[in-house]
Amino acid sequence: MKAHGIVHKYGDNVDTDVIIPARYLNTADHKELASHCMEDIDKDFVKNVKDGDIMVANMNFGCGSSREHAPIAIKASGISCVIASTFARIFYRNAINIGLAILECDEAAKDIDAGNEVEVDFDTGVITNITKNRTYKAEPFPEFIKDIINKGGLLNSLK
Amino acid sequence: MGMTMSQKILAKHAGLDSVREGQLIRAKLDMVLGNDITSPVAINEFNKAGFSGVFDKDKISLVMDHFTPNKDIKAATQCKQCRDFAGKYDITNYYDVGDMGIEHALLPEKGLIGPGELCIGADSHTCTYGALGAFSTGVGSTDMAAGMATGEAWFKVPAAIKFNLTGTLGKYVTGKDVILHIIGMIGVDGALYKSMEFTGEGLKSLSIDDRLCIANMAIEAGAKNGIFEVDDITLEYVKGRVNRPFEYFKADDDAVYAQVIDIDLSQVKQTVAFPHLPENTKTVDEITEDVKIDQAVIGSCTNGRISDMRIAAEILKDKHIAKGVRCIVIPGTQSVYMQCIKEGLAEIFVNAGCVFSTPTCGPCLGGHMGILAAGERAISTTNRNFVGRMGHVDSEVYLASPAVAAASAIAGKITGIK
Repeated sequence: MKAHGIVHKYGDNVDTDVIIPARYLNTADHKELASHCMEDIDKDFVKNVKDGDIMVANMNFGCGSSREHAPIAIKASGISCVIASTFARIFYRNAINIGLAILECDEAAKDIDAGNEVEVDFDTGVITNITKNRTYKAEPFPEFIKDIINKGGLLNSLK
Repeated sequence: MGMTMSQKILAKHAGLDSVREGQLIRAKLDMVLGNDITSPVAINEFNKAGFSGVFDKDKISLVMDHFTPNKDIKAATQCKQCRDFAGKYDITNYYDVGDMGIEHALLPEKGLIGPGELCIGADSHTCTYGALGAFSTGVGSTDMAAGMATGEAWFKVPAAIKFNLTGTLGKYVTGKDVILHIIGMIGVDGALYKSMEFTGEGLKSLSIDDRLCIANMAIEAGAKNGIFEVDDITLEYVKGRVNRPFEYFKADDDAVYAQVIDIDLSQVKQTVAFPHLPENTKTVDEITEDVKIDQAVIGSCTNGRISDMRIAAEILKDKHIAKGVRCIVIPGTQSVYMQCIKEGLAEIFVNAGCVFSTPTCGPCLGGHMGILAAGERAISTTNRNFVGRMGHVDSEVYLASPAVAAASAIAGKITGIK
């Protein structure tokens, strides 16, 4: 499995309140949530994002509220993969549980810039920055987590 | 190799003699919690997966607290979905307007969590119950759905930071100041993926309300859970509330910690977190500029308990809040609300020019009951001051204790109290 797209880049401590503000949590509709994704820190994100694009950020991505609406909004906006130096733990868990691909890779997170064209190979963990002609290696998932992802999320893995 | 308190609880619930850091386990749950925002997503997933029943109708809590009393039609629809689900599966601990409270104030009060128990909740502040010596952590809605169906969850066994507490808190210095001090010291990812374990002779100086407040904000340091060693204060609190056998744990003498941090409680000062991260702390003595405020919020799962109300009332008694300031006081539960009326605190608040509200998470997350306009500034006893948290993206939230919030409401600017 691979992801290939243009990068939307953010900094440290991107919290779930800015990924999807609480004022929109009166719905669980995926498309509606996606239509407000990132608007408090990047009001152009929704306008610019294209299917398959990649989100890259630095430390502690997804900190704060446990709202699963946050990875849902990112996934439903068309983002195929989030790469960060580190993830907040509830966001990390939620992303795996709903099948949003995420990778921890400090080197990639630091080097990749907004607008770079990036390809991710999930089988090898290799991230290729086509714009800069560089590659980075992400930590592969533990087997336990691979199993959840391969079965299409947590609930499918319990069946 | 010895285990931490958190590791012992996880091992017991996984049916294992011991666990080690990094190990992936499946563990049995004593409580699964959701609210009116996270439960609808869980219920959708639960139904989509085709589950036909819940694992134990007594071990699920659904609390309608975030956007209630329903703030709009969509919120009403989400609550109705939860109500219908609770009815269909005969959920014992379903709390709606009239008997609900803010979930993390309510569950300990009702005795729904006991020492040594294991709880997950689809709300990040589920870590609050570590105050009672439980392992309790926030998860997402899918984990909640799986938990309701199977009574189990997967965990990666965390490493821990040990906080060795000594000394006694000074006058008008509370649990809120302690946790803001700690987050200021270690940062919002200072305990990422780890347990924060609180122990030491300083525990004697911390009431259950102080501990609930400290454990509540463990997540703001990135922690998986916060947990307090069980002592007489804990056992006194759970007596008559937790009417079932429980087994609690001390850390082994040879438990391994990623870090050990000594905190002398007598040195902790009244502390305020400036926008837009809980780690941006200053003690009140370090605030040299005038930080004028438009609103003060006293309440929430962090500081909506009776001792919070009492300290705010003590400061507001026979005073009036500054002209141009709105002060919103929100007791955490119906029982705290009633206690405020009985003790005359409600009268003090209203006489001081505050509003006194039914329990709700409301303004903490910019839901309702006190949203900020662009350029407005609030001092708040809540737990997050992220961009746009309480309203407009150009508004600001300063986090503080009820004592500092009350004193600031009177002064019209952020100030400590002697």
